[in-house]
Amino acid sequence: MAFDAQAERKFNIVGTRVARPDGIDKVTGKAAYGADISAPGMLHGRILRSPHAHARIVSIDTSAAEALAGVKAVVTGADLAQPEDEGFADVAINCLARDKVLYDGHAVAAVAAKSKSIAKQAIRLIKVDYEILPHVTDVDAAMKPDAPVIQEGRALETVPAGMSQNVTTHCQFGHGDLDAGFAKADKIVERSFKTAATHQGYIEPQACMASLGSDGRGEVWCCTQGQYMVRANCAAVLGVEESQLRITSSEIGGGFGGKTSTFIEPVALALSRKSGKPVKVVMTRDEVLKATGPTISSSMDIKIGMTKDGRITAARGELRYSGGAYPNATVDMGAQAAFAAYDLEAVETVGWNAMTNRPKEIPYRAPGAPTSIYAVESVVDELCQELGLDPLDVRLMNAARKGTLSSYGPTFNDIGLVATLEAAKAHPHYAAPLGPNQGRGLSCGFWFNFGGNTCVSLNINDDGTVGVVEGNPDIGGSRASISMMAAEELGVPYDKVRTVIADTSSLGFNDITDGSRVTFAVGLATIEAARAAINEMCRRVAKIWDIDADAVIWEDGCAKPAGPNAGIHPPMTLAEIAAIAGNTGGPIAGHHEVNADGAGVSFGVHLCDTEVDPETGATKILRYTVFQDAGKAVHPDYVEGQMQGGAVQGIGWALNEEYIYGTDGRLQNAGFLDYRVPVASDLPDIETVILEIPNPGHPYGVRGVGETPIVPPLAAVSNAVSRAAGVRMTELPMSPPRLLKAMTG
Amino acid sequence: MVRVKLWGSLRALADGEEWVEVEASNFKELLDALAEKHPGLAPQIKRGVSLALDGVIYREAWFTKIGPENEVILMPYMVGG
Repeated sequence: MAFDAQAERKFNIVGTRVARPDGIDKVTGKAAYGADISAPGMLHGRILRSPHAHARIVSIDTSAAEALAGVKAVVTGADLAQPEDEGFADVAINCLARDKVLYDGHAVAAVAAKSKSIAKQAIRLIKVDYEILPHVTDVDAAMKPDAPVIQEGRALETVPAGMSQNVTTHCQFGHGDLDAGFAKADKIVERSFKTAATHQGYIEPQACMASLGSDGRGEVWCCTQGQYMVRANCAAVLGVEESQLRITSSEIGGGFGGKTSTFIEPVALALSRKSGKPVKVVMTRDEVLKATGPTISSSMDIKIGMTKDGRITAARGELRYSGGAYPNATVDMGAQAAFAAYDLEAVETVGWNAMTNRPKEIPYRAPGAPTSIYAVESVVDELCQELGLDPLDVRLMNAARKGTLSSYGPTFNDIGLVATLEAAKAHPHYAAPLGPNQGRGLSCGFWFNFGGNTCVSLNINDDGTVGVVEGNPDIGGSRASISMMAAEELGVPYDKVRTVIADTSSLGFNDITDGSRVTFAVGLATIEAARAAINEMCRRVAKIWDIDADAVIWEDGCAKPAGPNAGIHPPMTLAEIAAIAGNTGGPIAGHHEVNADGAGVSFGVHLCDTEVDPETGATKILRYTVFQDAGKAVHPDYVEGQMQGGAVQGIGWALNEEYIYGTDGRLQNAGFLDYRVPVASDLPDIETVILEIPNPGHPYGVRGVGETPIVPPLAAVSNAVSRAAGVRMTELPMSPPRLLKAMTG
Repeated sequence: MVRVKLWGSLRALADGEEWVEVEASNFKELLDALAEKHPGLAPQIKRGVSLALDGVIYREAWFTKIGPENEVILMPYMVGG
């Protein structure tokens, strides 16, 4: 659906900062999250997890646990189906291991009991006989031919023969003559980088309550980014039909991609099926960090050549990602995104994914892009330093723009990178003075965005209000944005519209809330649903006025006569039409179902000032500004929130957050005391500058904004720290000990 | 005929070709023709791919019209968080 061809459309509601519909519920504690629902006779589920990084399960003896008073069911992997589809099969063995445990924290068995304490006691009575196997948690080590093999036979056909079986994915993108390009360079920098796996760090742990009766019908209440995805996974893993499962998404306490898979819902259903009772499972923070999905860990080599005046002549990157113990395609995304900000004659990115004994990677905002772009932007910054060039001018000189052959294949249409860079250059932040031990870093960022499968139902209520039913959990303010777009299109006040999230039995299929898709795709479908309702209202009014339907137009929330033969009729408001809907043909509604495309890529630029303490290696973020092409910002508060939140998560990734494994392959820091996310006192106010360059693929010009903001911070912070410390940093996180070591040699 | 560009690691499965020319008027015909002409590509196509048409990325959309005048690029299936 194309951008509405209206010169300078005036919006009445879109672009304003209306009250958020979930605000009161959230601040008063009324909002119902995953753990907030209970049912009569409900049992409490608890999961036993592997203490080993890699081991064969010789036997599981559940008899003592089953004999404990108050225990109503015990399940193991044998209680789940074995789906043929590889994706579902991975979900199944990740929910409950079968033959092997693949990482510290891998689920092995689960119990349902009358109380939490009995459940906790019962899992200690389950006896698992393990045959411990060699393990590997480092991606470079996992790619060596003699590395312990995590899973056999998982390599895609693109992986060359002879590599370790841990290598599952190989990709390559690019164009041009690299040798000729590097020969033209005055300066070439080649560096290797490593980044640690980080967790999405949502505040609300995974939680669910599930019921599956002997009639095969089930209900699940859970915190998720996609209730339809939960339904599909549960149906496949339990061996039941999707129509028999109704999944309701709770209010969600953060997701950031981390709630785009299932870990506990099939287990809770299996326990319920066995016990005949509803079962609630709530993960602990320890379980969340050990057994849900962090992002990838990486090892990367980047080589870039540049002329004395700052023109990049050639660029090459080799990325080695590990998404834990299962294959994944995140490196495809990282490899495509790595050099997307640049207009390059010669570029190549090669990517590999290797399995390691770590938890199954789950996407984290713009999966794959932050790490690869961190490495690229670090080398660009180092070249600017070496050649004495302004890093913003160099990026402007080399910026991708309309007509650029992108590093991942297509030729760019209208994109907003140059405008974003120019906004950064003009901002006072870029010219502000710096003091001793302080440095300024910048980075470009890029993300694809996409649309996807979407259903919306819009109901005109008989009192003149409007109900919108959509199928995507609201993780970033989408209920407000959807209501705003419906109100804008219908011409009614925002507070006359209420948007709710449907369960899986109440609305057709919707893709997950991911890919920065919801405001774009659900918004697009909402506008179309509103237009369908308007057409119906105009048709009803035409009947009342006894004129042709095309002689009635919709304007300012009213049906009005238009055209030479329409006659003179007083406008009819939406409320007036709704009040007599029963007389004119029945309820009025609009629907739209679409697989939306045309989301439009997005660019951002981040500026970061840091101060490093030469005695401790500690880094303080002094100032941080985010510039982003957001398309039309439907609700600027939420857009700014996305930009600030991405920056903060990226700052954590850059400075402190990491999965630390011991030599025994066990996670050493599975708690928020030791896995340190930034808190408010660590941060300055994150300034934001929204650029509204309309997306031609959306009627209001909307594009996704949720993922791009986490892409630039890693390099922006690293470049600032490297300049402040006087030493080029090549590994994340730049924790105080690591930085101090680099500074002191 | 439509020319479609393959990403680098697929070329070994397509007799080393970077650009493949097939008879197709929409994405579905294009993907079917690619899999028929180069069976080594079929597993990847079955798992899922994206297609960029004149710079706009589509994840599915079988019936999107294409012609010889379009830039058509085969891409991995987009995933997000």
